[in-house]
Amino acid sequence: MLEAFQFEFMRNALIAGLLASIACGIVGVYVVIKKIVSMSGSIAHASFGGIGLGYLLKFSPVLGAMIFALLSALTMGLVARRTKLPEDTAIGILWAIGMALGVIFIGLSAGYAPDLMSYLFGNILTVPVADIVLMAVLDVIIVVLVVVFYKDFLLLSFDEEFGTVVGMPVDALYILLLCMVALTVVVLIRVVGMILVIAMVTFPAALARQFTYDIKKMMLLAVAFGMVFTFAGLWLSYVLNLASGASIILLSGLVLLVSYGIAGLRARLRVKAPA
Amino acid sequence: MTTGDIVRLEHVWVNYGHTVALEDINLSVKEHDFLGIIGPNGGGKSTLLKVILGLVQPDRGTVAVLGNSPEKSRNKIGYVPQYSNFDHNFPVSVLEVVMMGRYGRAGVLRPYGKSDRQAAARALERVSMLAHSGSQIGQLSSGQQQRVFIARALVSEPELLLLDEPTASVDTAMQTDFYELLEQLKKEMTIVMVSHDIGAVSIFVDKIACMNVQLFYHGSKEITPEILEATYKCPVQLIAHGEIPHRVLREH
Repeated sequence: MLEAFQFEFMRNALIAGLLASIACGIVGVYVVIKKIVSMSGSIAHASFGGIGLGYLLKFSPVLGAMIFALLSALTMGLVARRTKLPEDTAIGILWAIGMALGVIFIGLSAGYAPDLMSYLFGNILTVPVADIVLMAVLDVIIVVLVVVFYKDFLLLSFDEEFGTVVGMPVDALYILLLCMVALTVVVLIRVVGMILVIAMVTFPAALARQFTYDIKKMMLLAVAFGMVFTFAGLWLSYVLNLASGASIILLSGLVLLVSYGIAGLRARLRVKAPA
Repeated sequence: MTTGDIVRLEHVWVNYGHTVALEDINLSVKEHDFLGIIGPNGGGKSTLLKVILGLVQPDRGTVAVLGNSPEKSRNKIGYVPQYSNFDHNFPVSVLEVVMMGRYGRAGVLRPYGKSDRQAAARALERVSMLAHSGSQIGQLSSGQQQRVFIARALVSEPELLLLDEPTASVDTAMQTDFYELLEQLKKEMTIVMVSHDIGAVSIFVDKIACMNVQLFYHGSKEITPEILEATYKCPVQLIAHGEIPHRVLREH
C-alpha cells in the first residue's frame, strides 16, 4: 500500500479525498438533520445537465455542473417557498429535467464524451490539479458560511416557524443552505460521481449522528468518517481492482447498516433487561 | 384605536381554500389580561394565535399587536408552539434551544454572546430547568420539554406570551406546577392561552373566550350554557357534565 502513495496521482487522490470529506461532513449534517436528502439528490442529479453543456460548448464540465447545481438549488428553494407545488413533485421534476438535458447536450456534442464515466461514477485517481484547487476554494466558502451562519442554520433546521416569529430571514437562509449543498455536489463530483454524491453527503453524517447530540462534534465526526471511508474505499479498490467511487460508497453504506443493526439490537436488549 | 390594547382584532376573516377558519373575529386583549381560549379541535384556535403572530395573514380585517402590525411587534411576543412539532432526535441541547429565543435581539450576523447565555440561564432557572441545560432536548419528559419551550419564549423578555395547547402532553401532576408558573408570569406580562382542556383553563385564567370559527367573548370569565352550545355545536350536557359552569365561576 505504501508504495502506492509515491505516485503523484495517489497523492492527488488523497488530497481530493480529504477535501471531499470536509464538504460532505459539514454540509451532510444539515442535509440529515433538516431532512433534505431527496432535495439534495435532486440538485446533484440536475447538475448532469451542466456536465452535458460543458461537453457541448467545450468548457469545463465541472464548471457546468456548478452552474446547474446552483441554478437548481435556487429554483428548488423558490418553488418550495413561493408556490403550492408539493416539494417531492418539484424534486422529481428537477431531477429528471436536469438528467434529460445532460443526455441531450452530450448527444448533440458529436457523440464523443471523454471521461463521462468519471463524472457519473467518480474516479478519485484522475482528479486534475485544477479541480483540486476548485475543491479547496469551495471548501473554504462552505466553512466560512457555516461559521458565520451557525446559529441561523441551527434554528432553521430545528424550528422554522419559531425562526419566522423571532424575525429570521427563513426563506433566504433555506436557499443559502441549498446553495451550499450545490457547492458540496461540485466538490464531490470528481470523487464519487454525481450519481453517488448523495450517498457520500448522507452516510458519514448519518453515522456521526449515532454517536453524538452535539452538532459541532457531529460535523467533526462526519468529516473523520468521510476520510476513513474515502481512504479505506480507495485502498479496497486498489487491492481488489474495483471502481474507486463505488467502493467508497459501498463500504460506507455497509458500515452504516451495521451500525444501525447494532443500535437496534442494543435497544432490544435494553427493553428486555429487567428494569 | 384604544390605548392599552395589547391585541386588537377587528372583523378578521381567514379562509383556507374554501373552508372558513376564522369568521368575523373581534377581540381586544388588555394589558395583564390572562385570557384562555377554549374550543374544539379544528375550531381555529391555533390559527387565531398565528394571526396574532403574523404567521397567517387575514383575508379581511385588521390586526394590531401592541399598537403595531404583528410583524413589527414580534420581538415583544413570546410564543410557545403546540408540543411535538419537532424532531425528538434533533441534536440540540436545552441551552441551545432557549438561546434561539434571543435570535431577535442578536440579529443575523451576530453570534450569541455572554449576555444571551446569561439570559438563557435565567429563563431556565425561572422554569426550574437550569440543571438540565446540557441535556439533549429529546431526552427530557414532555412536561420538561414544555418548560424549556416556555423558557425559550421568556428569554426575549416579552410583553405578550402566546401559548398553544401548553398542557396537551403534560401529566396532571405537572399541570398544577405549570399553572403556578403562569400565575407568577401573569404579573409581568399579558398571556393568551389556547386549550381544549376546559376544566383546567377555567380555574386558572382570568377571562375566557370560546372559539369555533366564530369567537364568543364578553371580557369576563362567565360562560353560559348557550355559548358553550354554540361553540361546540352539540348538546351542552356533554361538556357540562363535569359541572363546568360551577368551576367557571370560581367563588369571588
